[in-house]
Amino acid sequence: MTQKIFHDQHVTQLSPKTEPPPHAQRESLAAEIRKLSFWYGETQALKEITLSIAYRKVTALIGPSGCGKSTLLRSFNRMHDLYAGNRYSGEICLFPENHNLIELDPFMVRLRIGMVFQKPNPFPKSIFENVAAGLRIQGVQNKKLLSDRVEQALRDAALWEEVKDRLSQSAYGLSGGQQQRLCIARALAPQPEILLLDEPTSALDPIATAKVEDLITDIRNRFTVIIVTHNMQQAARISDFTAYMHLGKLIEFAPTGELFTTPQETLTRDYITGRFG
Amino acid sequence: MLNAEMSQATLPNLTGIVDANRRTDLVMAGIGISVLIIAMSLLAAVVIDLIVGGWPRLMNPDFYLNFPSRHPLKAGIVSAWVGTILVMLVTAGIAIPLGVGAGVYLEEYAARNWITDFIEINVSNLAGVPSIIYGLLALGLFIHGFGLGETILTAGLVLALLILPVIIVSTREAIRGIPLDLREAAYGLGADKWQTVRLYVLPAARSGILTGTIVGLARAIGEAAPVITIGALTFIAFLPPSPLQASPPFINFEWLESPFTIMPIQMFNWVSRPQAEFHINAAATGVILMLMTLAMNGIAIWLRYHLRRQIR
Amino acid sequence: MPTLPSSLSPAGPAGSPFRASKSFLRRRALWGSFAGGCLLIAAASSVFVTLGIVYVLVTESMGFFAQISLLDFLTDTQWTPVFENAHFGVMTLVSATVTVAGIALAVSIPAGLALAIYLSEYARREVRETVKPCLELLEGVPTVVYGYFTLLFFTPLLQTFIPGLEGFNMLGPGMVMGIMILPYTASVSEDAMRAVPSGLREAGYALGYSRFRVAMRVVVPAAFSGITAAFILGMSRAVGETMVVAIAAGQNPNFSFNPTEGAATITAYIVQMAMGDLPHDSIAYQSVFAAGIVLFVITLTFNLIGFFLRRRFKEVY
Repeated sequence: MTQKIFHDQHVTQLSPKTEPPPHAQRESLAAEIRKLSFWYGETQALKEITLSIAYRKVTALIGPSGCGKSTLLRSFNRMHDLYAGNRYSGEICLFPENHNLIELDPFMVRLRIGMVFQKPNPFPKSIFENVAAGLRIQGVQNKKLLSDRVEQALRDAALWEEVKDRLSQSAYGLSGGQQQRLCIARALAPQPEILLLDEPTSALDPIATAKVEDLITDIRNRFTVIIVTHNMQQAARISDFTAYMHLGKLIEFAPTGELFTTPQETLTRDYITGRFG
Repeated sequence: MLNAEMSQATLPNLTGIVDANRRTDLVMAGIGISVLIIAMSLLAAVVIDLIVGGWPRLMNPDFYLNFPSRHPLKAGIVSAWVGTILVMLVTAGIAIPLGVGAGVYLEEYAARNWITDFIEINVSNLAGVPSIIYGLLALGLFIHGFGLGETILTAGLVLALLILPVIIVSTREAIRGIPLDLREAAYGLGADKWQTVRLYVLPAARSGILTGTIVGLARAIGEAAPVITIGALTFIAFLPPSPLQASPPFINFEWLESPFTIMPIQMFNWVSRPQAEFHINAAATGVILMLMTLAMNGIAIWLRYHLRRQIR
Repeated sequence: MPTLPSSLSPAGPAGSPFRASKSFLRRRALWGSFAGGCLLIAAASSVFVTLGIVYVLVTESMGFFAQISLLDFLTDTQWTPVFENAHFGVMTLVSATVTVAGIALAVSIPAGLALAIYLSEYARREVRETVKPCLELLEGVPTVVYGYFTLLFFTPLLQTFIPGLEGFNMLGPGMVMGIMILPYTASVSEDAMRAVPSGLREAGYALGYSRFRVAMRVVVPAAFSGITAAFILGMSRAVGETMVVAIAAGQNPNFSFNPTEGAATITAYIVQMAMGDLPHDSIAYQSVFAAGIVLFVITLTFNLIGFFLRRRFKEVY
């Protein structure tokens, strides 16, 4: 019942597509998802998700496995388009242009939105070339610009001090945690409008995890970050806003502190108190 | 009472069965190993027979520098090995881009539909088409159709088509071996399909593709049938014009249109002669030819082994 | 509810300072479609090869079938293309082709099966990984070398056991070819056997079967279509093999299934004719392509059967 009311509210709030959101709010938003549904073939994985992404804040997506949080994240840079039989409906609006990501060319979308995957996946190239990859793909050839950007991205990813003397060595020589930070630097170097992190610490040990969390905290004022995590404590530690998803639906969305202290929905409460999940 | 009787009756029986099983297993393993030994001793016999048969000529430096001749003791293989190298240049130049391109297309670009299915069946069927049929293709189309003549270009072209399926199949296998997350990383940065292939997929698949290419070229080097079919079994006592020249533009392509002979044809020519003296030359040619193909296959096998360890 | 609290700090306009330039993107799209087009052409080239083969075989032999009826072609038992009174009974060549390939299979089937069973069911992994590359070397030997070996070493060797054996015969080439295709048949059937799920094997062992029984009663039947494919594809190779027979089986068209005699196979005939300088529009020249069609159809049939058997096998497991 609550679910129903919740949905109806949204429809009335957001349905007039032509009318942009109030100015002040739009300034503070990086993106807005409106009634986004997604199908893997016949299976519906996302059901009319509506969600706002705050500009230069960290938004966490949590929920039990299979709830659709990774699916939602991968919709942002249209990763699903790589595989046949997938289908979207609804909008993901990127501000300030108010571009609907679902209707843009997926390759263009990915130039604007960075992504880091569950397992570190550096290219079999040097550390420098890994970080420069995104810039090269955008056609940057200026050496000075490349090396400046690479240094900046490595500093952002808190990796510069560890690798500055061996930039030309293979990325495979790094430890798992360093590789993941390298992947973050690789995603940051082209300065994406949104950085997507898909359970970035799930393959890492606690120390490496702490380093990644620290760097996310460091860049939160300069990048808009969306992070999927199965770890509620992690969401509580590093995010400004948290969305709880269940079976392809968005159940609750609130500032992180509120969601964890005073959840409004029974499902959310059950999940964060560990009764379910 | 009854149980005791039964176990007494069956226990010796069971051990008998177990023993019999062990015996059949031993026999079976023995048969397998002997087949292996027979096959390997055939290979050894071939190698030894050739080396012993060709020894007198192999030891004579003139053999490598002389042209074929009516006098078996003066005949050499210089036109054959030069021809083989030049033909292989053409073959590699045509087969590698076509084969790798087709492999990349089928693996990365093609949609799953009946056209792709058809191309796949076609490639696997081409792999089984007898080499001499390719010779007929060259005779009917390249020589009488296009008027290319019995030249290095024609031979290189037909051998390229012959090994195309080998290169396509190994390119596809190499590409399939690249982990999905490498591809997702590239696409995730905004790379388009061609950038992903050129910058990330092909470099990662490089050694697998190289292995398949070497195996294919090793096959082409030993092939005689399609080249004989185009009518290249002639007496060649000269070398094609050099691809390099002292004056600009330094490279010339006249050699492509030159008549030629290659190692397997030279060997076939000498085997077919009735005089035993020529058989010595044939054996010596065979040794050099086998050295070439075995070395190439050896490199390919080593590369594959090396590759497997790298992936682990 | 998912509205944001108004306490958020006002943000500047989003957007990356580093957006790829329009001209670069245009160039990239252009290169992308150009490369895609080239790759498509490369993939299509394999189809053109097949079309080219069919086209050449059909057009070049059209003149032949205008003069020789298909019935004569398939029923006459003489093949004398350059005689005054020319006969074109392709069965003459087919008889030799079938005989040689049959001998090759008679060697290759038991040996290949034994080897495949040994490698897949008995040998340890290290043994397998050493043996397979060695077998591949056997495949890498040029066929003209096998021809030399058969004519000058293997046939004389056989003659000491079989007194009536002619210098050119079908037995020697057939046997050598059997070993020659062994690496291929053994490795394809071994792949099929290893694809049999281990659960089936365990079921056999649980009944107290010996390794041998598991291999014969469980693995071989389960992998049967894959093994059949291996031998059909091997047969196709034996039928199409040229140099061994051209050198060691003789070039005399002879309607015979007697392995001690020499006889020209289809492939040997093509080689023999190509060595002479045939006028382009002579019937002898055209007969080469007519023989080629027969060879192509036989091997194509085997290849397609093999392909679909293998594919079906892969689908089952």
